[in-house]
Amino acid sequence: MKAAVIVFPGSNRDRDMLMALERAAGKPPLAIWHGDADFEPVDLIVVPGGFSYGDYLRAGAMAVHSPIMREVAKRAQAGVPVLGVCNGYQILTEAGLLPGALLHNARLKFVCGDIHMKVETAQSLFTAGYESGQVIRVPVAHHDGNYFADDETLDRLEGEGRVAFRYCTAEGEFDDKANPNGSARHIAGIYNETKTVLGLMPHPENATDPQLGGTDGAALFDGLVAALH
Amino acid sequence: MKAKVHVTLKTGVLDPQGKAVQHALHALGFAGVGEVRQGKFIELETGESDPAKARAAVEEMCKKLLANPVIENYSIQVEG
Repeated sequence: MKAAVIVFPGSNRDRDMLMALERAAGKPPLAIWHGDADFEPVDLIVVPGGFSYGDYLRAGAMAVHSPIMREVAKRAQAGVPVLGVCNGYQILTEAGLLPGALLHNARLKFVCGDIHMKVETAQSLFTAGYESGQVIRVPVAHHDGNYFADDETLDRLEGEGRVAFRYCTAEGEFDDKANPNGSARHIAGIYNETKTVLGLMPHPENATDPQLGGTDGAALFDGLVAALH
Repeated sequence: MKAKVHVTLKTGVLDPQGKAVQHALHALGFAGVGEVRQGKFIELETGESDPAKARAAVEEMCKKLLANPVIENYSIQVEG
């Protein structure tokens, strides 16, 4: 699997993402600077976490208009798998590649720590390494992770099986206390219509090394490598 | 020609900052304060001299960048 990680001024999880991808794929992915307008064909594009352009105006709003995002949007529409984590998720919603928006956390605090989330279905490129309904533990680190969409959109996402992950307790219960940011219907991540674009707030790339507290995120990358081999 | 843009969260979109401000005002003794909504104010020089053109340009700016139509409304005032 050949992957590319898009790097913006203010990205800060790009290196973690590069390492997680390299661990899974056995070869280093490309790092693509935001000012580039094109890059070689890849099997997977990743928009990493961070604070691109200092979160000016709205998180992700500026990054959408960088030259590279036009190319990313074009390839996403052509079916190239795209993964957006944290700020990457915010950028993909701002770009209209995923529905809804990420608001300030409901409790107005930056949240930083491990959360549990449930894998809604193993039937996607991104979750084939998990069991449907599996509860995994991964870190979050964000201020604007409160997923919002109108009820009609939320109903459609649920009806079409496009909710990828939901925040839950360690036992898999949906509980407001286990929802770190107030996201609608406990949603932690969503797919586009074709399930080739995934956005999520938690950081699976930061749960791929036992020395760093957990490895529950590794199956996401291993699953991608198996699917996109 | 200058334009002033107000960007506000749509009705129904949770505004935790507005709520925090409301609580703080209550704590300061402004007991009658009702719902508080916080937004953004943007002032810009449009580079246009015709009001209609200036407004149309700012409208485009709002749609493309200044506001996110999923969660925000905007209003435009053209001055000059």
